[in-house]
Amino acid sequence: MAGPLEQFAIHNVTDPLFTIGNHPIALTNSAIFMLGAVVISSGLLLVGSGKAAMVPGRIQALAEVFYEFIGNMVRDNVGTAGRKFFPFIFSLFIFTLFGNILGLVPYGFTFTSHIAVTFFMAAVIFLAVTLIGLFKHGLHFFSLFFPHGAPLFTAPILIPIELVSYLSRPISLSVRLFANMTVGHVLLKVLAGFVVALGIFGAVPLAVLVAITALELLVAVLQAYIFTILSCIYLNDALHLH
Amino acid sequence: MTEDERKADELDRRLKDVRQAYDKGVGKPSGSTGGNAGGGSEKLGVGMRIAIELVAGVVAGAFLGLMADQWLGTKPWLLIVGFILGCGAAFSNVYRVAQAEERRDKAERDARLKK
Repeated sequence: MAGPLEQFAIHNVTDPLFTIGNHPIALTNSAIFMLGAVVISSGLLLVGSGKAAMVPGRIQALAEVFYEFIGNMVRDNVGTAGRKFFPFIFSLFIFTLFGNILGLVPYGFTFTSHIAVTFFMAAVIFLAVTLIGLFKHGLHFFSLFFPHGAPLFTAPILIPIELVSYLSRPISLSVRLFANMTVGHVLLKVLAGFVVALGIFGAVPLAVLVAITALELLVAVLQAYIFTILSCIYLNDALHLH
Repeated sequence: MTEDERKADELDRRLKDVRQAYDKGVGKPSGSTGGNAGGGSEKLGVGMRIAIELVAGVVAGAFLGLMADQWLGTKPWLLIVGFILGCGAAFSNVYRVAQAEERRDKAERDARLKK
């Protein structure tokens, strides 16, 4: 029986397409699922926005729900200054959401269960947000590292702490998504192993498995939501400085 | 009454039912969450956030200390400083998450009392 961690193995699906330096780059199962997430979400939204009927059909209603959900999120957490960043936040949410959900499809692969993927996304967000803040406020941006109204003599302690706290953001953002997805899938695999091993009594873990699968669906949506809303909050910090 | 008219009436009735159910129940937009996330799952997310925040701060501090040590050749000292700063950062992050959560709870309570 396959071990619980084997589902996360990355292997080449095609022959190497090209090389970067000495490293051959081939299409992996992870890359295929990323492409799948992009294709499915783009297809869904293109079909949903294609007809633009007054009374929306099923797919159009779904696309509108996504749009309004993220629209509200950006408006509530960033304000009107966040309108410009709506396309980025929307793409971020949809990509993460489809990555998480495609992983729950049998024989699927969860690319968000790899720290390399989530940390890359978090690092891009972190760098972008920092640069946006620097461009918008110039050197005044660094007042983010000193809490408003604290006495001046506490600065030597508070500034390093705030700096470390700021630098810990991409770590917490990426580890949260990666850990949730990995833990969920390992749990599912281990419980599935019990079903086979216990024979007739396997019905008990099977029942638990059904419940956990529902929970994992919740976690998949919730983590995509949290990843996106935290990006909004960080963006808000950079745009408005407290 | 023709078939089409009957269908239109039926649709009207169903729309009215859905609207009523929406206005009455949890469907009311709550503002901060876009109105879609339920209460229990929100709390699950907050708990997870606090747990990871606690680890991330310490890891970031210790990693920065380690890198600075390697760069300046001051072996254990900056790691120790970084670790302590990381703990401070982690606690301040957790405090901030809890504070924001409490603010939101209070706002929700006030909104419910007003109704």
